[in-house]
Amino acid sequence: MSETLSTAGWRAWLLSERPQSALQARLGQAWLSWNAFQRNRLAMLGLALILLLVLVAAFAPWISPYEPNVQNLRLRLQPPGAAHWLGTDELGRDILSRIIHGARITLYIVTLVVVIAAPIGLLVGTVAGYFGGWVDAVLMRLTDIFLAFPRLILALAFVAALGPGIDNAVIAIAITAWPAYARVARAETLTLRRSDFIAAVRIQGAGAFRIIGRHIMPLCLPSVIVRVTLDMAGIILTAAGLGFLGLGAQPPAPEWGAMISTGRAYLLDQWWVATIPGLAICLVSLGFNLLGDGLRDLLDPKRRGG
Amino acid sequence: MTERSLAAPPRLLGTRLTRRIRSLGGLLASLALTFLGLLCITFLIGRIIPIDPALAIVGDRAPAHVYERVREELGLNLPLWQQFFIYVGQVLRGDFGTSVLTGRPVLEDIARVFPATLELATLGILIGVIFGVPMGVVAAVHRDRWPDQLVRVIGLVGYSVPIFWLGLVGLLVFYAKLGWVGGSGRLDFFHEGIAPSVTGMILIDAAIAGEWDVFRNALHHIVLPAALLGYFSLAYISRMTRSLMLEQLNQEYITTARVKGVSEARVIWVHALRNILVPLITVVALSYASLLEGSVLTETVFAWPGLGRYLTNALLAADMAAVLGATIVVGLVFVGVNLLSDLLYRLVDPRAR
Amino acid sequence: MAALLNVDNLQVAFRGPRGEVPAVRGVSFSLGREKLGIVGESGSGKSTIGRAILRLLPDSARVTADRLTFEGQDLLGLSPRALRNLRGRHITMVMQDPRYSLNPVLPVGDQIAETLRVHGAGGRGRELYRKVLDILEAVQIRDPERVYRAYPHELSGGMGQRAMIAMMLIADPRLLIADEPTSALDVTVRRQILSILDDLVSRRGMGLILISHDLNLVAGFCDRVLILYAGRVVEEIEARNLHACRHPYSRGLLASLPRLEQPVGELATLQRDPAWLDGPVYRFGEEVSR
Repeated sequence: MSETLSTAGWRAWLLSERPQSALQARLGQAWLSWNAFQRNRLAMLGLALILLLVLVAAFAPWISPYEPNVQNLRLRLQPPGAAHWLGTDELGRDILSRIIHGARITLYIVTLVVVIAAPIGLLVGTVAGYFGGWVDAVLMRLTDIFLAFPRLILALAFVAALGPGIDNAVIAIAITAWPAYARVARAETLTLRRSDFIAAVRIQGAGAFRIIGRHIMPLCLPSVIVRVTLDMAGIILTAAGLGFLGLGAQPPAPEWGAMISTGRAYLLDQWWVATIPGLAICLVSLGFNLLGDGLRDLLDPKRRGG
Repeated sequence: MTERSLAAPPRLLGTRLTRRIRSLGGLLASLALTFLGLLCITFLIGRIIPIDPALAIVGDRAPAHVYERVREELGLNLPLWQQFFIYVGQVLRGDFGTSVLTGRPVLEDIARVFPATLELATLGILIGVIFGVPMGVVAAVHRDRWPDQLVRVIGLVGYSVPIFWLGLVGLLVFYAKLGWVGGSGRLDFFHEGIAPSVTGMILIDAAIAGEWDVFRNALHHIVLPAALLGYFSLAYISRMTRSLMLEQLNQEYITTARVKGVSEARVIWVHALRNILVPLITVVALSYASLLEGSVLTETVFAWPGLGRYLTNALLAADMAAVLGATIVVGLVFVGVNLLSDLLYRLVDPRAR
Repeated sequence: MAALLNVDNLQVAFRGPRGEVPAVRGVSFSLGREKLGIVGESGSGKSTIGRAILRLLPDSARVTADRLTFEGQDLLGLSPRALRNLRGRHITMVMQDPRYSLNPVLPVGDQIAETLRVHGAGGRGRELYRKVLDILEAVQIRDPERVYRAYPHELSGGMGQRAMIAMMLIADPRLLIADEPTSALDVTVRRQILSILDDLVSRRGMGLILISHDLNLVAGFCDRVLILYAGRVVEEIEARNLHACRHPYSRGLLASLPRLEQPVGELATLQRDPAWLDGPVYRFGEEVSR
C-alpha cells in the first residue's frame, strides 16, 4: 500500500504543473515522452528488434552453434532441421551461424556510416543555416546536387570507381547519406537562429562557432537523430543491395545481401538459402523504421499533448 | 488584431508575365546548375578510378612514347579543369564514350534499353498511385485507429524489405509454385520479335500491331516486377498522402464545409483532397524518379533488359563509360521530373497562377 | 416567443495526456429570435460552446448536457445524417478568419452554391447561379460575377467575410453562430460587416449568437449578453443594463475598457479571484446561487 502511495507521489511530482526546478521540469517532460512512447506498441517492438540485433552482434561467437565460415561439403544444402535450424548453404556452412555473425557486419556498416555522415550533415546544415547568405546558398546547392541523384545509383558509381569491398561501400553510402541530415539540421537552425536566447548568447560576446557548437547543434540533435534512425533501414538496404550485386562485402564474409545473391542459384529447390537472410534484413530494417517512426511522432509538436 | 489583406497587390498583366518568366528562368538556372554539379560528380568519380584509362588501352607492355601519345589523345595531360570542360562539352553533345562491353556508343545503348525501364516504372507508379493515395487518405481519416495502423505497417514493411529479395520470393511463389505470372525477361521466347518495335515499350507496340497474344504474354511478364515497384512507391505515396491529409483535415475550411452540411465523404474526397493535389504531384514525381533506383535491383532479379540491368552489367565489367553514362541519364531524368512537377504545380495551384 | 435553442447544463471536457480538462462547465441559456452575445477572454470556452451546438468538436471532447435542443430536437442524439441536414440549412456558423475558413482551391461562387446543392435546394444551372449572385448582392458585393469566379486569395479580408456570410445564409437558416466574425478584419470594415449581419439577421427573423472577446462590440450589437469566465456563465444581463452589471469579473472587464468621456491615466488591470470558479453568479442583476 505504501508502495503505491510513493509511486503516486513520484507521478504527481513528475507531472506537477509548477515544477520547482529545471531538472524536475525536464524529468517530467521525459516521463511524459516515455509514457507516450511506451503506449506506441509498434515503436516498442522496433526498439526490441534493435536491442536484439545489438545483443546478437555482441555475443555472436558464444551463441552461434557453428563457425560461420567452416565448410562441410558433405552437408551442403541441408534443409532446416534439428542439427541446422535454418539449414546449410551450398558449401555446407550453417546458415543460422552465418546470420548471427552477419549481424556484426550489418551493425558495423550502419554504425560507421552514421559516424561519418551524421557529423558532416550536422555541421554543414548548422553552418549553412546560421550564416545564411552565400554560405547557405553554396552549401545548400551542394546538398541539392547530391539529393538530385538516386542514392543507390550514386553509391554504385562510387563503389565502381573505388572498387568493391565493405569499407568502400561504407564510404559510398556515407557520401550519399549526409545531405539529408544537412537539410534537417539547416531547417532546425533557421528557426533557432532568430530565437531570443541565441540573441542573448550573442550579446554576451560568444563567437559564431561557439554558438553553433554549444547552443545550436545540441538542439538540432533530436531531429537529426530521428532522421538518422529513419535512414538506418535505407542504409541497411543499400548495403545489402551492394552486397547482392557483389560490390559490398566480399566472400566468405557472411553479409546478408551477398548471402541472398549466392542463394539465388538454388532458389527453386533450396528456398531457404536465399529466403532466410532476406528475412533477417527485413526484421532489422523494420525495427529501425518502427523505432524512427515512434520517435518522430514523439518529437512532432503537432502531435504533442494532442 | 491587425489587418492582413487577402488580396495580392494589384498586378498588371505585363509585370505578372515578366515575373513568371523570371521565376521560371530562376528555376531553369538552378536546374542547370544542379546538372552541372552532377557532371562534376561523375567526372570526379571517373577520375578516381584506380585504373589508368590510357594504360587500359595500350596494355602495360607498351613502350613509353605510345603510352604518352594515347594519354595526349585522351586529353589526360591537360589540367583538370580543362579536362572537365572538354568532358562537359562531350556530354552536351551526347557523347558519353563507347562501352567496352557492347562496343557501341553508350548513348545508343541507353536509347535502346531505356524504353523497357520506362514501361516498367510507369506501370509501377500507376499501381502505386491507384492504391497509395486512397490508402493514405483512409489512414488520415481514421488516424490512430486500425486502418491507420494497417496502412502504417504496410508502408513500413515496404520501407524495410530489400526489393531484390522480395522479387526473388515473388518469383518463387507466383512463378515457380503457382504459375500465375511469367518468369524473367519481357516476353517468352516464342513471342519475341512478332510485334515490330515502335516505341520500345512492348505493351504499346503489341497493342499497335494488334498482337494480343504478345500483349497478354508481355502483361504476364511485367505484372510481377511492376507490382513490386508499385508496392515500394505505394509505401512512400500512402505515407505522404496521410501526412498531407492530416494537415488539411485540421484546417478551418474543413469545418466550414461541415457547417454547410457537406457529407463527410465529400469533405474528405473533394475539399481536402483537392488541396493536397498540388504537393501530391511532387510526391508522385519524386517516387517516379526513385523507381529508377528500384529498377536497378529489380531488373537484375527479373533479367529485365532495361537501364538498371545495363548499369549493373557495366558495373560488374568495370565498364566506366557505360556506368557514368547511365548515371548521368538517371540524374537527368531526376532533374527533368523535378522540372516537370514544378511546371504542373504552377498549372494546378490557383495561388501560383 | 418560442425558444429556438435551449441549452441546459452544458459540459465539455477535453481528454488530454494529463487527464480531462474541463472547457465548459454547466452553461445554460435559451435563445429566441434575438441577438445573444457571449463574451469572454481567450480560453474561456466561448468558441467551444458554439462548436458544441453544431457538434463540431473532435472526438477527444466529451460533451454532455441535461438539455441541448434546437426547436425541440435533441442535438446530442442526432444521427450523422440528421446532423448534416441540420447544418447549413437550420444552424450555421461564420468563423473568424476568411483566409482560413474558405477553401483555397475552389472558386468562391462554387463554395457558396455548394451549401444549397448539398441540401438539394436551389435548383441547378442558371437558377443556382442566379441565387448565388443574389446573395452576394445581399451582402453588398458590388461585382458579384467577378467574386463568383474569384479564388479566396484574390479577395480582401472584408470581401472574404462577406462571401462567408453569403455562404452561410444562402440556405435560409434560422440560427447563425458568429464566432469572432470581425476580429481578423481591418478596423475600417468591421462596422460594415456587422451592419450587414445585423441587417440580414433582423430582416430574416433569425436567431444570432455572437461570440466575441470585445465587450463594447457585443454591448452595442446584441440584445442580451452572457459573460463567461473559465467555462462558466458568471453573469447574464440585458445589453442595455450592462453598465449595472454586478459580478466582479464583469465589472473588471468594463473597467478595463478605455472611455472617451472619462480618460484615466492607466487602465485597470483585471484581478482574478479563484473563488469565481464556483462563487455566486448573476442573472439580470439578481444573485443566483447554484
